[in-house]
Amino acid sequence: MSGSRLEVTLRSRRGIPLDARFTVGPGELLALVGPSGSGKTTVLRTIAGLHRPQEGVIRCNGETWLETAARVDLRPQQRRVGLVFQDYALFPHLTAEENLTLAMDAGSRAHRLRRARELLSRVRLDGLGGRLPRDLSGGQQQRVAVARALARDPRALLLDEPFSAVDMMTRERLQRELAVLRQTIDIPVVLVTHDLQEAAALADRICVLNEGVSLQSGTPEALFREPASPRVARLLGRQNVFSGTVVSNGDLGTLQWGELTLEVAGPVTLPPGTRVQWYIPDSDIVLHRRGRPSLGERENPVSGRVEEAVVMGAQTSVTLRCHHSGDSLRLSVSTHAARRNQLEPGADASVSLLSKGIHLMAASGGGSGVVPGDA
Amino acid sequence: MDWTAFRLSLELATWTTLILLPVGVVVGRWLAYNRFRGRGFIEAAVALPLVLPPTVLGYYLLVSFSSDMPLGGLWFAATGQGLNFSFAGIVLASIIFNLPFAIQPVQRAFETVPIHLREAAWCSGLSGWRTFLKVELPLVWPGMISAFVLTFVHTIGEFGVVLMVGGAIEGETKTVAIAIYDRVQAFDDEAAGAMSLLLLVASFIAIGLVYGLAGKGRAVGVR
Repeated sequence: MSGSRLEVTLRSRRGIPLDARFTVGPGELLALVGPSGSGKTTVLRTIAGLHRPQEGVIRCNGETWLETAARVDLRPQQRRVGLVFQDYALFPHLTAEENLTLAMDAGSRAHRLRRARELLSRVRLDGLGGRLPRDLSGGQQQRVAVARALARDPRALLLDEPFSAVDMMTRERLQRELAVLRQTIDIPVVLVTHDLQEAAALADRICVLNEGVSLQSGTPEALFREPASPRVARLLGRQNVFSGTVVSNGDLGTLQWGELTLEVAGPVTLPPGTRVQWYIPDSDIVLHRRGRPSLGERENPVSGRVEEAVVMGAQTSVTLRCHHSGDSLRLSVSTHAARRNQLEPGADASVSLLSKGIHLMAASGGGSGVVPGDA
Repeated sequence: MDWTAFRLSLELATWTTLILLPVGVVVGRWLAYNRFRGRGFIEAAVALPLVLPPTVLGYYLLVSFSSDMPLGGLWFAATGQGLNFSFAGIVLASIIFNLPFAIQPVQRAFETVPIHLREAAWCSGLSGWRTFLKVELPLVWPGMISAFVLTFVHTIGEFGVVLMVGGAIEGETKTVAIAIYDRVQAFDDEAAGAMSLLLLVASFIAIGLVYGLAGKGRAVGVR
């Protein structure tokens, strides 16, 4: 099955800067995430053959689509990719069925029509094949675009922000449908999105891109728990990033954070005295119950004053300013727990930072010099 | 009613339109899809006949059609005839003064076809030529019909340039517009009136067609 892998290595210094490297396995979904202008769409267009980088290699299904050193650069028509554009780019003068049959290059007219109907049925558009795009809703247009991308029997499926142009309700439904659909296809899928929740929900792996550079890739769980650098943590919307100094290393290391010494479940390999940035996911910050002993409250206890408590439905986002350092810890607690513990602005509260959640990163400032991981 | 002049005008308009339509599609599409230094200059050159007095354009054409100039000399060497005061000369003049009518509507039409549609066609496996035939052409045809009709009607009605280059030779260069002027000069108001009315009605129908198609283009067009 190694044949249907998609391998991408791109580098450009002029024009739109690029320094991206990743692979996607058969049936795997990789989400390219990053802020606007981070080069996500350019990477996708480069895979499709719509943008040419200065240097690069793209291989898919055992074929070389691009190898600048060998002067290989196949045209989009020769690459067999299915690309879903952000605005879907359906041919407005053709019906849904005709949009699909135009993308099929083999078989008789009757065969192509039958396949088009099968594909439309797969994206739950039975009976709508005769409609023009303008007579379809946004969600239906998106499904036609996905079906058209599959019509060519592609070796890789590329999705450019495919859910950004529909309302929230439709988006959730389409995301569920994509999750189901991808179980039936065994080609690499690359999804470009700026929505981290969408990436975490749909992707097997996430690749974080910033200014054209792929900073880290890994499973959503690994990325959200162990970002490679403070910059990746910031790009992933992680907030609890602080500075500290390694006190001792080993299986159970210790870390100086202001006046506090924190235990870190290792292995910590950095030598004592190393300045680091460290991060803790808010799932590993445990609120102490007021007036009652709490489980694990001796583990890295931190006290502070509630600066902000914002109710967001069932969850409340709490900002705690630590007494010892003045740093702000962000945590999310269930709203009823927030009420029971009277977490209101100005109130004192204490939490435990679970030692297994503390993740150390080289204190490089911007996170440069971090090797782009590729699991 | 000068039917010879009418027939000549129709022939002139047909030749001009048939020659200009492919030129309009190629140049209009090229200007719509390419950004390059000097593009504004080329667009200005294409639009020049719209603002230039017909006599000025006619004068320069008259000069360059003369047999001692490169263009006129080349034509003379090839055919043994001069361009000035000939049917071929007024066809060539019509082609030049109709450039904006043939190119601009087609260019505007191609500009409304988003680049994503062409890219989607390429990613769907369509060659450049099939993309043109299957995706671009069906979306730009109202613009092409506009160009066709405007060129045709404008050629039938053109007066100044044709008179400068062709004179008013019966059956060779005397078009209906010149015939109307001729009849007015001869105080033959009846003939001038009849021919004018015919041109008025034909022009109105043609323009109605163009506007009707433009509306249809908006309805079918790209979202």
